[in-house]
Amino acid sequence: MSEAQPLHEGLFTWPSEQPELLGSRCDSCGEHAFPAQNSCRNCTGANTTVVPMGREGVLWTWTIQSFMPKDPYRTDETPETFTPYGVGYVELANGLRVESRLRENTPETLSIGMPMELELIPVRSNEEGVQLITFQFKAKES
Amino acid sequence: MDVAIVGVGLHPFGRSPSLSGLEQGAIAARAAMADAGVDFKRMQFAFGGSQDGGNADSLVNLLGLTGLQFTNIWNGCATGGSSLNAAYSAIKSGQYDMGLVVGFDKHPRGAFNPKPKEWGLDDWYGETGLMLTTQFFAMKIQRYMHDHGISKETLVSVAEKAFRNGSRTPTAWRRTALSREEIEQAAMVSEPLNKYMFCSPAEGGCALVVCRADIAHQFTTQPIILKTAVVRSRNYGSFEVFAPSQAPEVAQSPTVTASKAAFELAGIGPEDVDVAQLQDTEVGAEIMHMAENGFCQHGEQEKWIAEGHTEITGKLPVNTDGGCLANGEPVGASGLRQVYEVCLQLRGTAGERQVPNQPKVCYTHFYGAPGISGVNILTR
Repeated sequence: MSEAQPLHEGLFTWPSEQPELLGSRCDSCGEHAFPAQNSCRNCTGANTTVVPMGREGVLWTWTIQSFMPKDPYRTDETPETFTPYGVGYVELANGLRVESRLRENTPETLSIGMPMELELIPVRSNEEGVQLITFQFKAKES
Repeated sequence: MDVAIVGVGLHPFGRSPSLSGLEQGAIAARAAMADAGVDFKRMQFAFGGSQDGGNADSLVNLLGLTGLQFTNIWNGCATGGSSLNAAYSAIKSGQYDMGLVVGFDKHPRGAFNPKPKEWGLDDWYGETGLMLTTQFFAMKIQRYMHDHGISKETLVSVAEKAFRNGSRTPTAWRRTALSREEIEQAAMVSEPLNKYMFCSPAEGGCALVVCRADIAHQFTTQPIILKTAVVRSRNYGSFEVFAPSQAPEVAQSPTVTASKAAFELAGIGPEDVDVAQLQDTEVGAEIMHMAENGFCQHGEQEKWIAEGHTEITGKLPVNTDGGCLANGEPVGASGLRQVYEVCLQLRGTAGERQVPNQPKVCYTHFYGAPGISGVNILTR
């Protein structure tokens, strides 16, 4: 994976055999946020700590993106090669619900309450040919 | 001192290739002033807004440079409603006795394409395909259907009503009624919502002339009293658009807080309302907003809609002009169109879509990203 790097720093542990999402926890009230932020949306406090938030969760709601989005969407796809993708909120162990692309992309394979796990996927290659990656969730293999 | 609406004007929503957004705003403004029998010189102030049609205060180039206070308002899809709210306060405070509220827009075809940076987000959010309002609306109703037992058939019924009411509204954009089959078979946009279940960005203009209620009789024999105008933003935990994460506890939406405040200020309850316009960016929004505004319990919509309670002849007609679904959404004007429609209903001049038995109390609710909600209560 030397020719790969995160599309955006700080969303997940990297490099890592078992990547986890990274978020922040408020030093005052304990509320979590994703992505990590320096201040708290809940109690208005100004001190937070970056924490790993695990790699598993439960699907809270979902939809399917059935057509290729226009700008600001930016991948190596063309309208011909575009594959519909799922979008959902996944409830993590700490209770926070994180919005994510989902590997599953049909109504038959998606249902509220199903166990999910994190994976990393390529988004596109940059000018130097380095593959940029992001996170998504997929159905947890039992 | 009550606030009265004494003039209403609208440039039809839809597509007007030969007119700029600003020109559509000016047409609406002149229509509203003509309706009140006054000219622009009489306006002491104006509040207006537009997303893609230019600065609202440029309207003075078309209406006349009279030196009035003209303030531009921008609050996303809540722009029109927020403009009326500002005018309400201007009259209520005693600062002015008469002014203009105007909204217009002219959006490019297709869905909006918001930029992450403008919403406090980093580029990855948009680049990886999460920055679509359609996804949020789909996910919100998906969860709501799961929690409250709303069926796909009910989604279809709401779309069917919108286009049927639109077919009775001469100024609507979508004026062809659609069958259930046509709606069911439309292309899927974002599961469970298909093409006919979303409103589209559009063009149009709408304006209102407001004044102190005690002088309203000088301008019209049928003044409409704006009893309350309330706008609220979201509290922590409200499930809103463009949110990479949501709090563990879902808080009440700004619609709930705005609605409760509006009813308290007006001294009436949901049971007193005769006609309601509820923001219907998509069919799920109309369904959820019925309960969030206090008209029924969560889940009761299934029965209400099946029994026709929200039809023009029902006990609470909702979106009598076809709402955003049939009119499209020029965001600067959309919240004002709702008020225009209920003014016609209160005057008894809504033609084919007139609600029977002379409605006395009307309610409008608008909503904008990322969690701005407003409510107006109007009476004869």
